[in-house]
Amino acid sequence: MKGRKSDNRSIVVRHVSKTFTLRYHRTLKQMSVAMMRQQELSDSFLAVDDVSFTVQQGESIGLMGLNGSGKSTLLKMINGIMRPDSGRVLTRGRTAGLIATGAGFHAQLSGRDNVYLNAAILGMTEAETRRKFDDIVEFADIGKFLDSPVGHYSSGMFARLGFAVAIHVDADIFLADEVLAVGDRPFKKKCLAKMQEIRDGGTTLFYVSHSAGSVRKMCDRVLVLEKGRLMFDGGVDEGIKFLHYDDDKDSALDTEDELDEEMGADI
Amino acid sequence: MSASVAPAGKRRVDAPLRPPWSQQGLIEVFRHRYILTLLVRREIAARYQGSVLGLLWSYVNPLSQFLIYYFVMGILFGRAQRTEDFAIHVFCGLIVVHFFVETMNAGTRSIVRNKSLVQKMAVPREMFPVASMLVSLFHVVPQVLILLVATLIAGWQPDPLGLIYGVLGLLIAMILGTAMALMFSAANVFLRDISNAVSILSNFVRFGVPMMYPYALVAERFRGHTDLYLLNPMTQAVLCFQRAFWVGATEDPARTAAIDLPPDFFYLTVRALVISVAVLIFAQSTFTRLERRIPERLL
Repeated sequence: MKGRKSDNRSIVVRHVSKTFTLRYHRTLKQMSVAMMRQQELSDSFLAVDDVSFTVQQGESIGLMGLNGSGKSTLLKMINGIMRPDSGRVLTRGRTAGLIATGAGFHAQLSGRDNVYLNAAILGMTEAETRRKFDDIVEFADIGKFLDSPVGHYSSGMFARLGFAVAIHVDADIFLADEVLAVGDRPFKKKCLAKMQEIRDGGTTLFYVSHSAGSVRKMCDRVLVLEKGRLMFDGGVDEGIKFLHYDDDKDSALDTEDELDEEMGADI
Repeated sequence: MSASVAPAGKRRVDAPLRPPWSQQGLIEVFRHRYILTLLVRREIAARYQGSVLGLLWSYVNPLSQFLIYYFVMGILFGRAQRTEDFAIHVFCGLIVVHFFVETMNAGTRSIVRNKSLVQKMAVPREMFPVASMLVSLFHVVPQVLILLVATLIAGWQPDPLGLIYGVLGLLIAMILGTAMALMFSAANVFLRDISNAVSILSNFVRFGVPMMYPYALVAERFRGHTDLYLLNPMTQAVLCFQRAFWVGATEDPARTAAIDLPPDFFYLTVRALVISVAVLIFAQSTFTRLERRIPERLL
């Protein structure tokens, strides 16, 4: 072993909380009516509640939890889009990710122009984009549509292009939010393979998913959020058990799970 | 399964641990020049895409305004007979005012309109209003070329001092326009009423500067009380542009300057610049205060 320095932390989250204000009444008319009836004008809601954890470089974390448990908010804070109200978030190196894939695409511009813009947004320089351009296009597999406006793309093509750009960023931390909800099976397979490649390259992976199968495949640690609080931090199988995702055998989710499980076998 | 997982520490990252959010502020925007260029280019390319006239619309709009002002003020109200080269006088003002109003209006909507980008990337969000300003500035260039041709035909004699004033005039409009765009773009996220209020403000700007009437008229009607009128940096920006391209086209530039420009012209120009910069600093501090809550309010 090389005598490497002990500090190998990649993501540090300390007592992070984030409150959202919900506005019920937005127009003057609504507000005055609400005031007369003595209703609340606004309400706040604790999306992330005193969450702390540390991730070492190269770990792959599965972030799980029901809808509305604060997963995306936490991811946005790690990505630097949102700031916590209290607590500290620290990251090391360049962060890239698949948060709202394809967001920021301009419907009237061609796929080519959008690739450059999106890559720049994700922190790539012009030279870097040019170098990786062919790989991105090949991965997205959009063929002759490259030079037509992305507004004409099918939703699958749109998502594929967004995914392709994000996945080619040479990042130290890779965030993935429900990425496999889009795309057809061959593409999902390709994505999982690419993400595994990224992970095996030593990039810290932060993967949000509802699918126990793909989390089992991709991750070596699971965090579970429940109503904004970190309820579980530990091994993959225990985490999935904690969520009871493994025992509702008769749910519709299960088929999706089996699909992922099967896909895992393919890879 | 987990056998394929790389051992932690295989990848060494030398960067320090630091907060992930981007440094904010106008200065930071210019460190992200590459994205800024792409945003501006995208905006220019996308604005008129799909329309037959395309980029020509950027000229049709000011041209139509010019014709209206010239017809109503110049011919109907008879200003064209009393003010020398009235068409150039109006056009000088129109270039500056149109640039400023466009910056303010597009800038106000810039963050809301780009919400998908704002929610995706951790870059200084000042970038969007600044990009709006640069897009508007891009459209100023050909208008100035048209003005140059027109004023040369009218017998314009360029003088270096005048040209410096021209540049300063544009600079005032740029700084003040950016300040307005910055302030209103953040405010518009929280209160969408702002964009409606801004279009009213645009009307005040159009009529509150000596564009469709000469400054001499203001000086005559409000003798001794022009201070407030001149305090508006946009007034001075327009006057600077007229000093550059209109005064030299009249028969006796020295006389025109004496009648149609306020005294202490240099002092007033510097003062307008200082006011604009002060407004910009205030706008930046407002923006910084509001900016933290922008992503969650955009939903």
